[in-house]
Amino acid sequence: MAAELGAGPGPGARDLRLRGVTKRFGDFVAVDNLTLTVTQGSFFALLGPSGCGKTTTLRVVAGLEEPTAGTVSIGDEDITRSRPYKRPVNTVFQSYALFPHLTVFENVAFGLRRRGVRGVEERTEQMLELVELREYAGRKPAQLSGGQQQRVALGRALINEPAVLLLDEPLGALDLKLRRQMQIELKRIQTEIEITFVHVTHDQEEAMTMADTIAVMNGGVIEQMGAPAELYENPLTTFVANFLGQSNLIMTAVLDTSGDTLVLDCHGQKVGVGRARSHTQQGRGWLGVRPEKIVASAAGAEDHADVNVLTGGVVSDVSFVGVSTQFLVRMPWGQELMVFEQNTGTRSPLEYGDEVDLAWSREHAFLLDAEQDARAGMVREGDS
Amino acid sequence: MTPPGRPPVVDGENPRRRRYGWLLLVPGMLWLVVFFLLPTVQLFFTSLYDPSGSYEFGYAMTWRFQNYADAVRDNWDLFVRSFLYAGITTAVCLLLAYPLAYAIAFKSGRWKNFLLVLVIAPFFTSFLLRTLSWSAILSDQGPVTSFFQTIAILPDDGRLLATPVAVVAGLIYNFLPFMTLPLYASLDKVDPRLIEAAGDLYSSPFTGFRKVTVPLSTPGVVAGTLLTFIPACGDYINAELLGTTRQYMIGNRIQAAFLRERDYPVAATLSLILMLVVVAMVVVYVRRAGTEKLV
Repeated sequence: MAAELGAGPGPGARDLRLRGVTKRFGDFVAVDNLTLTVTQGSFFALLGPSGCGKTTTLRVVAGLEEPTAGTVSIGDEDITRSRPYKRPVNTVFQSYALFPHLTVFENVAFGLRRRGVRGVEERTEQMLELVELREYAGRKPAQLSGGQQQRVALGRALINEPAVLLLDEPLGALDLKLRRQMQIELKRIQTEIEITFVHVTHDQEEAMTMADTIAVMNGGVIEQMGAPAELYENPLTTFVANFLGQSNLIMTAVLDTSGDTLVLDCHGQKVGVGRARSHTQQGRGWLGVRPEKIVASAAGAEDHADVNVLTGGVVSDVSFVGVSTQFLVRMPWGQELMVFEQNTGTRSPLEYGDEVDLAWSREHAFLLDAEQDARAGMVREGDS
Repeated sequence: MTPPGRPPVVDGENPRRRRYGWLLLVPGMLWLVVFFLLPTVQLFFTSLYDPSGSYEFGYAMTWRFQNYADAVRDNWDLFVRSFLYAGITTAVCLLLAYPLAYAIAFKSGRWKNFLLVLVIAPFFTSFLLRTLSWSAILSDQGPVTSFFQTIAILPDDGRLLATPVAVVAGLIYNFLPFMTLPLYASLDKVDPRLIEAAGDLYSSPFTGFRKVTVPLSTPGVVAGTLLTFIPACGDYINAELLGTTRQYMIGNRIQAAFLRERDYPVAATLSLILMLVVVAMVVVYVRRAGTEKLV
C-alpha cells in the first residue's frame, strides 16, 4: 500500500535515520547532535520532560523546523531540506489542528485531495471505519468530543499512508480514562497498518504501554534507548532510573569486582549486584533498586540466603493504595527507602514503627555512576 | 438556596433571570424606535406625498406610488453609477486590504499594534478634510497629475480631478480601513498551526492559503465588503469634492433634493429605493457567501 509513495523492497527499506541532528534557537541548544534509527514499522517513543528537545526533534522530522546541523533520511532518501508537503511524513498535532470549516469527512480526505489520487471517497470511508467515526462523517470538528477529534486527527494523517507517522503528545488533552482507551486503540491501529509511529510524550506510562522502543531524552540528548522493560530494569543513568517509574538510589562503595557479582559496601552492610547491570566498576556508585522489588519483613524473621539484605530499617510511613501498600522505611543512615507490596493478603501487614529487614534478588539491582545527581528526572509535584 | 416546596432549578433556568433578561434590550430598542423606525415610517409617508406641493405651501398626502416609478425613470443613471462606483471601490479595497491585513496578522511581529494604529490613523482627521486634501493632491497642478503626465499615462492636457478615477480613488481611500479591520480580525483568529497542518498534508503554501486561510477569513471578507459597499453606495462627499455633476452619485441627488431643492417627496422616494435595493443585494450576497454555515 505504500507503493505509490515509492517504497523500496522489503522491510527496513524505509527506516527513519537521524544523523548528528542539532537544532539551536539563538544560544539555546534544543537538540544536541542526535543520532538514531527508527526501524520501519516500529512504534518508537521519544520520552522526556518538557523542554528536553523531543518536540523539536519531531518538528525537524516533519520539516517544520530546519536542523542547524545533521541530516534526516527515510530509507535512502535525504529529506533534511525538503519542504514539509513533499515528505512522506504526516503528523498528529498536539492540538489536533483540525480544519474547523471542513467536515470530518473532508478533514480526513484533505491529504488525498491535495495529492490528486484516485478513489478518495472510498479510501476516506475505509479510514473513517478504521477510526470508528463513520456516523460522524458529516459533522464539523467543533461538534465532536475530545476523543473523537483525536481520532479525526489520527485518520487524517494515516490515510496518506506515510512512511512515518509523527504523534506529538496526541493524548495530552484527554482525561485519564479516555487516554488509557486511546493508548490501546493506537497500538491496535499501528499493529494493523504497520506504519512507523514516532510518538512524543512526557508520560512514561504511555510510552511504556505502546512503544516497542523508547528513547529517553533529556537536555537535547538521548540518555538511553531500548525496549521498555530493558530501560525499566536496567537504567543507565539516574535520570532514566527516576523518570521511568521510581527508584531507590543508595550511595555505595565498590569493594570487590573479581566475580560475576560486584560486592558493594552499603553503609556498612555488604550487598551484591550483577556485573551486566553495573555501569560503574570502581570507587563509589549509586545502588538502585525498584520499590516493588523489595520485600520488607519483620527484623530477623526470615532467612535471606542468596539475596541482598539491608537490616535495621524502621517503617516510617504506610500508605494503602488498594492494589498495593507503599511503605517508607527509614534506614540507619537516615535515608528513607520506598517499598511497594502487593496486597495479596497472604502476609501479615506491617505497621508504623515496625523494625524490618529489606531484601531483594541480586539480579534486580543496578549500579550507576556516583557523579550523577540522584534526584535527576524525578517527577515534581504538579507535573502530569 | 431553594425556597421550601419548590423544586431546585438549574442555574441557567433561573426563572427570575428569564423574566428580567429582556430588560437589557429596552434602551437599545427605544433608541432604534425613536431614531430609526419612526423616521423611516415618516420617510415612507413623505415619499407618497403629491409632488406638486412645496416646502413653503405644504404637501398633500395622496398615496402616490407613481412617485417611485418617476424617481427610477429620472435617476436610473445615477443609481447605476452609484452601484458601479461602490462595486469597483469594494473590489479594489478587498485587493488592497487583504494582503495588508494578512501581513499585519501573520508577519508583523511586535509591530502589529503600531500598524493597526496606522490603519485607523486617518479617523483622527475629519472625513471632509481628508477628502478636500485629496482634491489638492489630484489637482491639475498637483504632483500626481504632473507625474502621470511625465510618464505619459496621462496626456499633457489630461486631468485626474473631476474624473471618475478621482471619485473612485477617494472612495477607496476613505473606506479602506473599514475593509482592513474586519479582515484583520478574522485573519488574526486563524490558528497558524492549521496552516502548518495543511503543509503537513501535502499543501504547498499557496494551496494551504487557498484551502485553509481563505475559507477561514470569509467572515471578515463578508463583513468588510458590506461595511465598504453599503456606505459607498450612499456616499456623496467624494463625488461632490473630487468629481463634477457628470460623476454624481445617487447620494448627491438625494442630498440636493433634501437640502437645496427642498423637494421632499423625491428625496424620500430616492432614499427608500436606495435602501431597498441595498438590502436586497446584501441579502442575496450573504446567502450566497453562506456565512451562517461558518463556525
